[in-house]
Amino acid sequence: MPVITYREAIRHALAEELERDPNVVVMGEEVAQFNGAYKVTEGLLAKFGPQRIVDTPISEAGFIGMGVGASMLGVRPVMELMFWSFYSVAFDQILNNAANLRYMSGGQINVPIVIRGPANGGTNVGATHSHTPENVLANHPGVKVVVPATAYDAKGLLKSAIRDNDPVMFLENTILYGDKGEVPEGEYLIPLGKADVKREGSDLTIVTYGRSVIHSLKAAELLQQEHNRSIEVVDLRTIRPLDIDTVLKSVAKTHRVLIVEEQKPFASVGSQLTYMIQREAFDELDGPIHRLTTIDSPAIYSPPVENEQLPNPSRVVKAALEALA
Amino acid sequence: MAQIIDMPKLSDTMTVGTLVKWLKKEGDAVKSGAMLAEIETDKATMELECFFDGSLLKIYAPAGSQIAVGAPLCAVGKSGEIVPDVPAPVAPKPVLKDDAKPVATASIEYAKLPAPSPAVPVVLPVAHPEVPSTPGQRIKISPLAKKLAAEKGIDPTRVEGSGPGGRIVRADVLAAASGATAPKSQISNSKSQASSGAFVPTASLLAKGPVQEDQLVPVSNMRGIIAKRLVESKTQIPHFYLEIEVDAGPLLELRQQLNTALEKDGVKLSVNDFILKACAEALRRVPAVNCSWEGTAVRHHSAAHVSFAVAIEDGLITPVVRDAHLKTVFAISTEAKNLAKRAKDKKLAPNDFTGGTFCVSNLGMMGIDRFSAIINPPNAAILAVGTTVKKPVVKNDQIVVGQRMSLTLSTDHRVVDGAVGAQFLAALKLLLEGPALLLI
Repeated sequence: MPVITYREAIRHALAEELERDPNVVVMGEEVAQFNGAYKVTEGLLAKFGPQRIVDTPISEAGFIGMGVGASMLGVRPVMELMFWSFYSVAFDQILNNAANLRYMSGGQINVPIVIRGPANGGTNVGATHSHTPENVLANHPGVKVVVPATAYDAKGLLKSAIRDNDPVMFLENTILYGDKGEVPEGEYLIPLGKADVKREGSDLTIVTYGRSVIHSLKAAELLQQEHNRSIEVVDLRTIRPLDIDTVLKSVAKTHRVLIVEEQKPFASVGSQLTYMIQREAFDELDGPIHRLTTIDSPAIYSPPVENEQLPNPSRVVKAALEALA
Repeated sequence: MAQIIDMPKLSDTMTVGTLVKWLKKEGDAVKSGAMLAEIETDKATMELECFFDGSLLKIYAPAGSQIAVGAPLCAVGKSGEIVPDVPAPVAPKPVLKDDAKPVATASIEYAKLPAPSPAVPVVLPVAHPEVPSTPGQRIKISPLAKKLAAEKGIDPTRVEGSGPGGRIVRADVLAAASGATAPKSQISNSKSQASSGAFVPTASLLAKGPVQEDQLVPVSNMRGIIAKRLVESKTQIPHFYLEIEVDAGPLLELRQQLNTALEKDGVKLSVNDFILKACAEALRRVPAVNCSWEGTAVRHHSAAHVSFAVAIEDGLITPVVRDAHLKTVFAISTEAKNLAKRAKDKKLAPNDFTGGTFCVSNLGMMGIDRFSAIINPPNAAILAVGTTVKKPVVKNDQIVVGQRMSLTLSTDHRVVDGAVGAQFLAALKLLLEGPALLLI
């Protein structure tokens, strides 16, 4: 099976969907002539032309609003945010307009827009460029939120996101762009709202998503080798709709839970998960639900300190051992 | 309106309770919180608490009777009030006189704690045994462990938690269910006593830290009764001790043969199974040992009900193999295994651990060479079994390696004299050294 990067997997998904459906367009800052700030859209302009691959002004409120309007008329825009951190400039367009339109029109209007771009810390880009807003986005009924961890998942999920008739928030990761993984040739789809057990285990369930999946898998390996503990890693893949069934099935197997997320702790995705798990699986729990998050401060600019602020394999190992106590 | 007080369900397995004695009589004024009676369940003797103020108008259940859970025991109301016409208690089965004094016949039983010293305020569980014995102090237990404990009928107050802050977690309940934890020095008298299997200490050789936590642990019901009964035994019974060493070689060989042959049938006989059988047969040959001192008479027992000591959490109990003289070694083995398991699970009914006529205590698997046991009244004797040791013995004027097992009989001199005890041990030695006799 071909091994390609997470970046290439996203590009392939875009290219395949542009090929398949003439209504699909890609818009954003520098996506066309500059081939993308992170080179995700490299080569797409040459292949699909300026009608389909459109550079926009540096105004998220303006171009996201344009995308929302276009989607209401049947276009399937895939909007690139250079950083998800800039979503707040377009907060009204995304979470007030796009999220509510289908409901407020009584189902007459769909908003089949995809907004994608990187949302992560760990690259020494400072507090204003390091937000991970999946919890904020998922707080809004009407949107779907996807955070892929691997090349395979990124491609299959993005294709499903483009075909979905609701606004889908697709949060990538600049550090993962260069990660390689096996991705089959040709078309496949991964349904939204379906978690994936990335590693089977019996002693502890780590519920996680995004880059934290990679940290958790490394930590699980260390825990197996150095502590002889068997860790199950559940990758949510989609934050909303949330596949709680897969999580609960795993909890019923291991009886202990650690949530790992690159999120500030207050009202995070993990907070919601914790509520749902204790509510549905109280009698399965052999200990309190533990959580490892980003340390609660603005993204720290010092690279070594930022590394410790974020989840990393050694922090996951430590948290897992506490959850196993 | 008078309140009818029913037999409460005082343990998860309780279906009937014995009303041991009334602490109040008809006409007595009673207050909420006062103790009305003592009730013996399958696990413990507990006090029946009154939850009303008034006077004890009528007693429906006479002392000594067995009453089904939910059946009426008494009525409490205003003095002079007309007592409602309550039918007689369901199946009031007056117990036999022999059993009327459970303290006298029980081997080791769980019973009420002796009065606590004032310095140690202990409140006994009264009406709700699921409440920890130190009320106000919650048990730390995970939701899963709590559910498992309920499913397996394990009392969480008896499980030691290994989680953070002493929280009981699933592993602790599973261990308690399999009898694996309990006291660290758990003895299993039903386990086989392989001569080669050296006793392995359970504690780590490199353990560090303080010896244990400074604390005052209230005496449990069981410890209380063990203390009381053994002090009674040791102070009232004139013990004397006889010791004999037997050649365990033939027995170990026979056991090996049988276990190899029967392995595919899942049969595994222990040395202790043979010892129980041998004791029953020795009692048949020297029945004077199968007796009880009753003050003005010596009761001769027609059957050999052989009990054996099983170490359980915070104490020990002596389940009884009834009519052991009529049973095969295989039948005894099956029954002893079942009794030992239920003893560890605290699932023994009073009938399982009362009425023994002779007792065996085996510390062989703990590596003990020999010891003297305390007689378990009303038995006249108890046999203490030591480990089997390889040592040089003289056989046909040659020094050869022998497999020697030491047996010590503690005997009640009021019932059994030295010569009779010696005859018993001689019979036992004969049977154990010619174990084929146990199979016919």
